[in-house]
Amino acid sequence: MKRQVPLLITLFVGTLLIFSVFIPPMENIGENFTLFFDIIAVFAFFLGGGNLVRVHISKLRRRKKDYGYSIITLVGFFFMLIVGLFKIGNPGGIAASVTAEGSIFQTTFTTVLIPLQSTMYALLAFFVASASYRAFRAKNREATLLLVAAFIILLGRTPFGMMLTSWVPDSFSVLQVPNLAIWIMNSPNLAGQRAIIIGIGLGVVSMSLRLILGVERTYLGEDRG
Amino acid sequence: MASLGIIISLVIIFGGLVALFLRSVLGHEVDRRIIFLFIFIAVAAPILFPLTFSEKATEVVKGVFNKVESLPAGSKVLLSFDFDPAMAPEVQPMANAISRHCLEKGHKVIFMSLWATGQALLTQSLQDYILPGFPEKQDGVDFVNIGYKAGNEGVLNVIITDFRKMFPTDVNSVPLDSIELFDDISSAKDLDLVIAIGGGKPGPKEWVLFIGDPGDVPIGFGVAAVVAPQLYPYYPAQAIGILGGVKGAAEYESELMKTHVRFRYMDTPGLRMMGPQTLAHMVIMCFIIIGNIVYFRSRRREKQT
Repeated sequence: MKRQVPLLITLFVGTLLIFSVFIPPMENIGENFTLFFDIIAVFAFFLGGGNLVRVHISKLRRRKKDYGYSIITLVGFFFMLIVGLFKIGNPGGIAASVTAEGSIFQTTFTTVLIPLQSTMYALLAFFVASASYRAFRAKNREATLLLVAAFIILLGRTPFGMMLTSWVPDSFSVLQVPNLAIWIMNSPNLAGQRAIIIGIGLGVVSMSLRLILGVERTYLGEDRG
Repeated sequence: MASLGIIISLVIIFGGLVALFLRSVLGHEVDRRIIFLFIFIAVAAPILFPLTFSEKATEVVKGVFNKVESLPAGSKVLLSFDFDPAMAPEVQPMANAISRHCLEKGHKVIFMSLWATGQALLTQSLQDYILPGFPEKQDGVDFVNIGYKAGNEGVLNVIITDFRKMFPTDVNSVPLDSIELFDDISSAKDLDLVIAIGGGKPGPKEWVLFIGDPGDVPIGFGVAAVVAPQLYPYYPAQAIGILGGVKGAAEYESELMKTHVRFRYMDTPGLRMMGPQTLAHMVIMCFIIIGNIVYFRSRRREKQT
């Protein structure tokens, strides 16, 4: 019973939603289910938040390594939750947008989160450079192809690409680096991406059918048959 | 002063690279900390001593630009800010440029976000970069910010038939029914153009699958550079154009400055950021060459022994 009820719900909802796409009078059902999904998703926020608090409080209690970071996490979490939920310091009051200009929530977001996340992302430039130095080596035919393609794309994304090959006559403009970069994106890249997208699409269809028909049961937890 | 600064920086960078090149001929590997140092100088120098290049818009960028340009005034354009602060330096400049362009052309602009972090960035863009240039534009008449709604592609699945079901009010709790801009909009099918700015999930792909194709609404993309290659299968049949990374933003800004006198002296973060990006790309390319010299030298040495 514990396993059959969820399987029946999956079968019912999955079948209904497929029909709602193909049968126009049933379109409304699909929309309503999306709204139900939103309501259910709200509980995931509670679960996620609750779990975060539980994990970090237990880390604090046991004085585990780096527990200082847990204090920062909890203070940050509760601070943003409270100022966002009660719109503290919001110039427009409780009815105004949570991100209203001048609100504590928005000020904290723009002065703390934006610089922190941007900094983390900016570090990628250093790792990409180091990885390119080590990875792009002409060890075999495939690696050489990758190396040449990367070189053309890198050069094509800069104004130097045009400067270096501007002497190429218009009748051979395809040989200008920016045009070569566009060709790589529009032909080999396009073919590869399409193949991946079609493959993913077929995978999604087959996985969905397995779920609806109850063949795939891993989402229910440990499979005891 | 700035040009002297950039000349000195270039001499340091390329002088250092020549020294590393000579070392590589002898088969010496380059320590990753040296690579980090070169990238730091290549990125920091053009920020401290601005280095800008002229840009020419490519066809994929022109696709979005020409669509915004050719729509009649009063057309309904939706801009979705689907990104977080990590992606913002790359995509926010293009979001600002497209927003300014739409307002300049007299389009009615709806701003929204499918990402929780997008709403705060949208507020920042509107307050600091977009609206100060258009004091005559009225909230609810010329533009409206309907903010963030949780539910990912589920949100799109609903607004394709009914906007009000998912967004009963705008970001300031004003009912959509009392907003003039929404008088003749009941669903996303009534929009003349959607531009999805971001690159993650939900993002451009979801806009095509749930709004562009079923609603026959033209969609344009503004995305981070790493995401752009994945979106080429949608261009030009399902997407009118793609702005990829800082280069896409720079091309759009340059086209905007060329076409509209008003924007000739506007702040152009995309064009400004092309300096650091260009130098960083050049340095990376030099390191790829050095890496290959080291590799072939060591292989030759192995064969000899």
